[in-house]
Parts: sequence; structure tokens; C-alpha cells
Amino acid sequence: MKEFFERLGMMAQSFINVSGQMVIMLAQSAYYLFIPPYKLRNIFKQMEFVGVKSLFVVILTGAFTGMVLAMQSYNALKRFGAESLVGPTVALSMARELGPVLTALMVTGRAGSAMATELGTMRVTEQIDAMFTMGVNPVRHLVVPRIVAGLTMLPLLAVVTDFVGVVGGYLIGVKLLGINPGVYIGRTIDFVNVDDIMYGLTKSFFFGIIITLVASFQGFNTTGGAEGVGRAATNAVVLSCVLILISDYMLTSLMF
Amino acid sequence: MIEIIDLKKSFNGKVVLNGVDLSIEKGKITVIIGRSGEGKSVLIKHIIGLLKPDSGKILIDGHDMTKMREREFIEVLKRFGMLFQGAALFDSMTVAGNVGFPLKEHTDLSDKEIRKIVSEKLRRVGLVGVEDMMPADLSGGMKKRVGLARAIVMDPEIVLFDEPTTGVDPILADSIADLMLETQRALKTTYIAITHDIQLTYKIADKVAMLHQGKIVEQGAVEEMKKNPNPLLRQFLTGSAQGPIKVY
Repeated sequence: MKEFFERLGMMAQSFINVSGQMVIMLAQSAYYLFIPPYKLRNIFKQMEFVGVKSLFVVILTGAFTGMVLAMQSYNALKRFGAESLVGPTVALSMARELGPVLTALMVTGRAGSAMATELGTMRVTEQIDAMFTMGVNPVRHLVVPRIVAGLTMLPLLAVVTDFVGVVGGYLIGVKLLGINPGVYIGRTIDFVNVDDIMYGLTKSFFFGIIITLVASFQGFNTTGGAEGVGRAATNAVVLSCVLILISDYMLTSLMF
Repeated sequence: MIEIIDLKKSFNGKVVLNGVDLSIEKGKITVIIGRSGEGKSVLIKHIIGLLKPDSGKILIDGHDMTKMREREFIEVLKRFGMLFQGAALFDSMTVAGNVGFPLKEHTDLSDKEIRKIVSEKLRRVGLVGVEDMMPADLSGGMKKRVGLARAIVMDPEIVLFDEPTTGVDPILADSIADLMLETQRALKTTYIAITHDIQLTYKIADKVAMLHQGKIVEQGAVEEMKKNPNPLLRQFLTGSAQGPIKVY
């Protein structure tokens, strides 16, 4: 019993320790974000990596999610004779919830793990130490561009996911299931307003910070060679996904 | 020039440095020897500020490095260069990008001027025409040379070497020793190396210090050290398994 509480205490201590260190890293990044010189080249490189290179995977995710949503909601709504609400159901689910969350989860898998691996390798091969010894702050040089890329690219990717999802839903609803196109579009416009999209984008902004901060933190704190790098990538993905889902609930309850 | 006073450091209760006292002379090569795991790397990481001591001082020209604010510390770091054990080249950059990195970060020189300095430094370490190669395409010895070129590109006053000859063949090790001597003599730089390579130590050192169980147990010129009767030093310099240092 005593051992159980000891272990629980140690876990709590390590959780508080890690959270504190991550907040410090975020605070340092926020500080360096506003102090020149700006690492524009690094920022654009990371934006390309997080944003442009994730396009294909988020388009695929958005399209299939929108299509499935249309089919499932049609199946349910048909029982009440409310097939005309398939459009708003798809659009609202995509804009408020699925667009931002699925985009974040996909980017975590693709870019978050790669970031943790890259930074972890730099840590174990002493490249981060080398940067420090040259009088270059590694947080400014490596973390800030990644966080900027995350917080700018995630909302943009979420817009793409939303749009592709709605188009996918439209194709299934109208072309396959035979809902009247005018009704489909009209009802969607009636029910979805700009606020719904803005809620989703606000979430994406936070998810972007979470993904890049967690990946950078895990990468920076890698120890133990190749095995450690693998562990950093796994931890980055698991922790990001958990934090995305928890913060999604909290942000939703705040914005409702 | 650099004075280390009563430096102590523990990790999770394990004492690694237990009151290191050492003075490093300007324009000379100081070699710190000791067995693997004796804290040589920890010591060198303290000298360049990668680790903070639990207690003790590191004075550079009388200023305590352990108590400096960030801006002041960065200015001091510009006086340092360091060659890491595995060279620690940035693998996302070309050789020229690596060597020119400190210049790009700390000077207003144009790309063309940086390129010129980079080529000159590479030539100094015996490399020509490698500017556009990636670190992954270089051999171990070439990486060390590029690492040295990067360490001296800002014409630092002090260069630190972390096990410069570990993991390279004896011929290459000798050529690295020659290179260290050449560059040090040409630039009158202060070199601090940590190693357990006795041949390298005899060849390049002006001063030798032996680290054992977290303390400097002996220090002096090479010739003095060769004659020093301290059994710890004798055992280490002769590379014998028999003696006061236990093999574990």
C-alpha cells in the first residue's frame, strides 16, 4: 500500500516537473518571438514542413470524414424525415469539432513525431550543445520557428479539412443519396455561421502550440541514444494526442 | 586566464566533481587526462557553461562565468570554440553552412565574405572543395576536421576539445594531434583538451592535469609528469591494470 502511494507521489511529482519545464519553454519561446533577430528562414522552412507537407494527409482525412458523416447522419436523420439536415450536420461537425481535432491528430502523427525525432537526434549527437557553445540560443533557433509554424499552419490546415469535408459530405449527400442540392446548400448556410468556424480555428491555434511545444520539449530532453530518440517520438505523439483531446473538451466547454 | 576554484557537481546524489581546482594558462595547451567516467566531460561542459555547478567558481579573466547574465555570457561564449567528440555537425546543413554558422549568427558579413573565410579555415584544416558536401557524406576524420574548422572560425581565444582522438585510427589520431599543434601555434590560442590518449597528451600538451575521483590529483608540465612518482599517475600513464586505480 505504502509503495502504491509512493509511486503515485512520484508520478505526480514528475507530472508537475514536466509541466513546469514545458511552461518555461513556452514562456522562453514567447519572449524570443518578440525579440529580434527573427529567424524568418527557419520559420518558413517549418511552415512548409508543418503546413504544405501535411496538406495531402489532411485533405484525405477531411474528405473521408465528411463522406462518412454524410452517410451516417443520413441514416439516422432519415428515420425522422429530416434528411435535409445532413448538410448542416456535416458542416457543423466539421467546423466545430472534427476539422480541428482530426487535423491536429494527423499533424501530430506526421510532423510532431518527426520534430521530436529530429530534435532528439540533435540532442544525443550534441548538435544542440554545439549550438549553445556558439552563443546561439537553441530555443530561439529551433523551438520558436516550430511553434510559430504550428500556431499559424494548424488553423489554415483546419480550414482545408473543413472545406474538403463539406465537399465530401455534399458529394455523398447529393450525388449518392439523392438529397436536393439546393436544400443541402441552403440548409447548411442557414445553420452554420462564422462563429462556428472561428471556434474551430481558435481550437486549432491552441492545438498548433500543443503539438509543436510537446514535440520540441520531448526532443530537447532526449537521453539515451537511439532508443531515447524513439522514446521521445512516441512520448511526443501520445502526450500531444492526450493533451489535444483534453484541451478540446476544455475549449469546447469554455466556448459553448 | 581561466581559473577553476573548488568546483563541485553531483548527479542524483552521485558526486562527479568533488572540488576541482585548476588554472589554465593563456596561449598554452592544457590536457586533462583521466579514466572514462571520471567526470572529464562534465568538467569541460562546466567550463563552457553547458552545465551549472552545485558550488565553486570558474573565473575567466577574473569574471565568474557561473554568475553571468545571458547577454554577458553570450559575449564570453564568442571567445570560445569547441570540438565535440562526434564533431556535432548540424546534419541539415552543408559543410560551408556548418563552418559559417557562427559567423552568420554573430557578424554582419555578407554570404560571399563568409564563404571566403569558411574556405580559408577549411584549407587550414586540410580540406579543399568540400564546402557543398553534407556531413553524412564525410568520413569520421573529415568530420573532426570540419568540426575543428567550425570551432576556430570566429578566431576564438580558447578552444575546447572533447576526446579529439577517440574513435579514430592511430594514424588519423596523429594527424589530428599535428593539426591541433599547427593551428594552436599559428593562432596562439588557448587549447584545453580532455582525453585518455597518452600519445596525444605527450605530443601536444604544455600542461597535463589528471582528474581522479572528482579531483585534480596531479598537474604540471609533461616532463615533470613523466617523472612524477604518484602511483595513480604512474598507473595511468603506463596503462597498467595493476595499481591503486581499481578496474571496475
